[in-house]
Amino acid sequence: MLIPHPLLGLRDAQEFTYFGDASLLDRPDGMAEGASEQFHDYLYLRDNPAGEHQELWFHEQGDRSWLVVTRNTLTHEIFKVEFATDVALARRSAT
Amino acid sequence: MTQMNRLNGGLVNRDKPLEFTFEGRTYSGFEGDTVASALLANGVQLMGRSFKYHRPRGVLSAGSEEPNGLMEIGTGADRTPNSRATVVELYDGLTAASQNAWPSLERDFMGVNDLFANFLTAGFYYKTFMWPKAFWEKIYEPIIRNAAGLGALSMEADPSVYDKGFLHCDLLVIGAGPSGLMAALTAARAGAQVILADEDFRMGGRLNAESYEVGGQAGSAWAQATLLELASLDNVRLMSRTTVLGAFDHGIFSAVERVTEHLPTASVGAAPRQTLWRIYAKRSLLCAGALERTIAFSNNDRPGILQAGAMRAYAHRWAATVGQRVAVFTNNDDGHRTAKDLADKGVTVVAVIDPREVPPSTGVPVIRGQVVDTKGRLGLKSVQVRRHDGGMETLKVDALGVSGGWNPNVSLTCHQRGRPNWREDIAGFVPGDVLPVGMAVAGAANGDLSTHGALSSGAKAAVESLEALGISSTAPDVPDAEDAPVNLTPLWYVGEGKARKWIDFQNDVTVKDVKLAHQEGFESVEHLKRYTTLGMATDQGKNSNLGGLAVMAEMTGKPVPQTGTTIFRPPYTPVAMGALAGRSVGKEFKPTRLTPSHHWAVRQGAVFVEVGQWMRAQWFPQAGETHWRQSVDRESLAVRKSVGICDVTTLGKVDVQGKDAAQFLNMIYANAFAKLPVGKTRYGLMLREDGIAMDDGTAARLAEDHFVVTTTTANAGPVYRHMEFVRQGLCPDMDVQLISTTDAWAQYAVAGPNSRKLLQKIVDPEFDISNDAFPFMACGEITVCGGIRARLFRISFSGEMAYEIAVPTRYGESLIEVMMEAGKEFDVVPYGTETLSVLRIEKGHAAGNELNGQIAAAHLGMIRMVSTKKDSIGAVMTRREELVKEDGLRLMGFEAIGEDILPAGSHVFAEGDKQTPEADQGWLTSACYSPHLGKHIALGYIKGGYERKDEVVTIANPVQGKTLKARVVSAHFVDPEGARLRD
Repeated sequence: MLIPHPLLGLRDAQEFTYFGDASLLDRPDGMAEGASEQFHDYLYLRDNPAGEHQELWFHEQGDRSWLVVTRNTLTHEIFKVEFATDVALARRSAT
Repeated sequence: MTQMNRLNGGLVNRDKPLEFTFEGRTYSGFEGDTVASALLANGVQLMGRSFKYHRPRGVLSAGSEEPNGLMEIGTGADRTPNSRATVVELYDGLTAASQNAWPSLERDFMGVNDLFANFLTAGFYYKTFMWPKAFWEKIYEPIIRNAAGLGALSMEADPSVYDKGFLHCDLLVIGAGPSGLMAALTAARAGAQVILADEDFRMGGRLNAESYEVGGQAGSAWAQATLLELASLDNVRLMSRTTVLGAFDHGIFSAVERVTEHLPTASVGAAPRQTLWRIYAKRSLLCAGALERTIAFSNNDRPGILQAGAMRAYAHRWAATVGQRVAVFTNNDDGHRTAKDLADKGVTVVAVIDPREVPPSTGVPVIRGQVVDTKGRLGLKSVQVRRHDGGMETLKVDALGVSGGWNPNVSLTCHQRGRPNWREDIAGFVPGDVLPVGMAVAGAANGDLSTHGALSSGAKAAVESLEALGISSTAPDVPDAEDAPVNLTPLWYVGEGKARKWIDFQNDVTVKDVKLAHQEGFESVEHLKRYTTLGMATDQGKNSNLGGLAVMAEMTGKPVPQTGTTIFRPPYTPVAMGALAGRSVGKEFKPTRLTPSHHWAVRQGAVFVEVGQWMRAQWFPQAGETHWRQSVDRESLAVRKSVGICDVTTLGKVDVQGKDAAQFLNMIYANAFAKLPVGKTRYGLMLREDGIAMDDGTAARLAEDHFVVTTTTANAGPVYRHMEFVRQGLCPDMDVQLISTTDAWAQYAVAGPNSRKLLQKIVDPEFDISNDAFPFMACGEITVCGGIRARLFRISFSGEMAYEIAVPTRYGESLIEVMMEAGKEFDVVPYGTETLSVLRIEKGHAAGNELNGQIAAAHLGMIRMVSTKKDSIGAVMTRREELVKEDGLRLMGFEAIGEDILPAGSHVFAEGDKQTPEADQGWLTSACYSPHLGKHIALGYIKGGYERKDEVVTIANPVQGKTLKARVVSAHFVDPEGARLRD
């Protein structure tokens, strides 16, 4: 696969390390009431869609940025690639 | 021997005669021959034995789809098994041998299998070797493995070099036949970056194998002229001997180029034998041609029976005829072309057998009918023909060309889940609607089976592919070429005849096997394949899949496309493991990392151990020491008595800087860091979010906004990745930056009661490192040896008064030499990882063995360290009920009762309990002989932990067949109060 890095352009997937569902960015507050239930859901309940999926990739052999890649898991078509930091900040301001 | 079946003409170089041996006999051929064409020219038809029944076989094809002509090429370590004789280029001195035959190809002992064919039908493995169960591993499997099988490995290391490479292009054209050449020409003239790859050593595809003209000249001459123009252009890369193996995501292709395989080994030098290419193509055009299929009839597998198109190719390209008296059996017009061409070449063509009502007339006698049987065990002698009027004829022939039609070569179009479509007029599959991204298909591969069709569709597809890239191009004028229609009436197998009718030649699958599979309920294509092994040989069903499908379709009463399609997967042809490995073999399999003082350690005679990619000194044997324990005991005692030095450069180091650095450490470590004063170091426990320990290390605060974090050697990479995830993904608003500095600093542990005295001799005098000024857990930036920048940490893994000192990498080797010199008066010793381990086990420090992915903070006895006043990764989940229960596992020490070593990995049981999983009480994680205590000790986990102190437990190690006794003790064998650390 080729991943279009937001700064570096098309990069071979071999340069990246795959991590998982981008919902991992939505970490619950560990100090909140009921945190253990929220962490249970955060850690163990994931969707496994056949189709469009947002996932985390680390450009380990590159600029060390964490990226959110929106990819079709059936065709490997890549729709969008964003910096995880930007996505996390945007989600934060949305809530 | 004379080349009795050599014809005139051809594309072999008669000025370059070559000698080679096959089965120990010497033959001659010419440059441009393949092993198969040269053997045929010499009148040799018998080239191999089949996989299961050991049937005598000759070549079926003239290309890489060959199922029968598998040989071992070369001798000794160079021997390459399973080489297809149809594609192996002849060179002077080549040695070829058949495989799967003993004692000889003509008299193969296992040919007896053929007599027991009734017992070896489809599914015979499953039916025959069911019982008794115990017989499988010891009796049946070895016999089967010995009897069946393809070529044998030499069992010697492959002396050849293999390489890997990367290429980029606008347009990758796969196949250099008429359509590929036209496409490449179109794109090349438009200035696009073009790669033209073809598996053959001579480009031109079928143009080299036919008699017809292109643009008023011989097809092969037109191909040569076109290749000359392409070769003259800088934007074109011609890659012959290059098989495109697979089409992967986003326009990535793999291809293997046989760089020097066609040359005698001695002449190759250091050049790679093969290169595995990864090609990044913006667009690709598949021009892979078509593969001829056979018709199944009784005894259709005799040497001398082959594809009609292959027969024609041998005659035109290689000037070799398969026999002196030949016949052709065809259900389409193309078969008649073979008969006519061979007759034109002076070969006696006895007849064309064609079952169709109106066969074409080419001047060769035609018999309307079908071939119903053949004779000739080691080579064809005659064929029996049932005429359409019911009469029977026997034709004395020594070769028979068979044409059942041509299958577009759609393999690569299926590599990205694409399924082919059925086309009734050619009774074959053509590329489907979903192709790999950026791919187009042209020529025979797309079902355009005439030469004109191939030329024009190649040009058209190239124009369209370039247009998609924004490159405008004009198709060259398409030269005049034959444009004959495909007249074909499907015939998959001949009904008459009791003998076996072969569909899959390599795996010995017959029409009857497919019918049996249907009868027994294995109707789905995937079941059919696995039950009969149809299509599972090294030709991957290129010759047989459709035939099998067609028989199954007849049985189920459904049309072929509803019965199923075949799916092709990479690689297109078999690939040598060496090509996949490239240069990553032996010590080059992965990089080796050396610490700055590695060569110093080598000079001291250190014994090394690989830790991840690192080489670390394990111990330093001295004169007279014959066993590693002597060295390790001496080193351990020396540290506890005076002072020792250990290279700890390999520990991961991460620089954490920024206004929010302390807040960030609070997040990644379970314990608190915000209030750590500048100039102090603290142990840190790093948890995974699920509460399991990930790693541990220290964080030293060099400034308000600057920490240095250490990780274990093995986890340096993963921990850094995790820290970046937390920083970028979970704490995006923190002002903090990370960088790995593992390779930037050489770091040494200086441990033992005299460590301070030693360091005081090299630390520049303006830095006071007395106990008051630089107490336990202090850290600071200092200079040594008159101004060399250094970092000093007063931390201890050994339990002794100890320091770690770091200098920029380039000073590492000098620093250890200076320290060893300075330490002479204290009898300083260098120590390795074994002693490091003994010392930390004696002190009860957890390391990699203890952090095995099952262990939470409570198990380590560290639950109270997990701060409840702040949020941190894993803090919530490590407090889960199951992970903190009182009677759960706890890290404890174990002392052997008796002289035996306590093997790490042993499990712990209460005395008298049965050794069952239910009664399991824990396990030993790390073990050593403690020279300090004079006994064998271990660390390990035991349920209930401190409650069990002083209990005598059973240590069970069924792997070693041992059961021992040990006493549960505190994990801190040495100085449990920590007084030595603070001296």
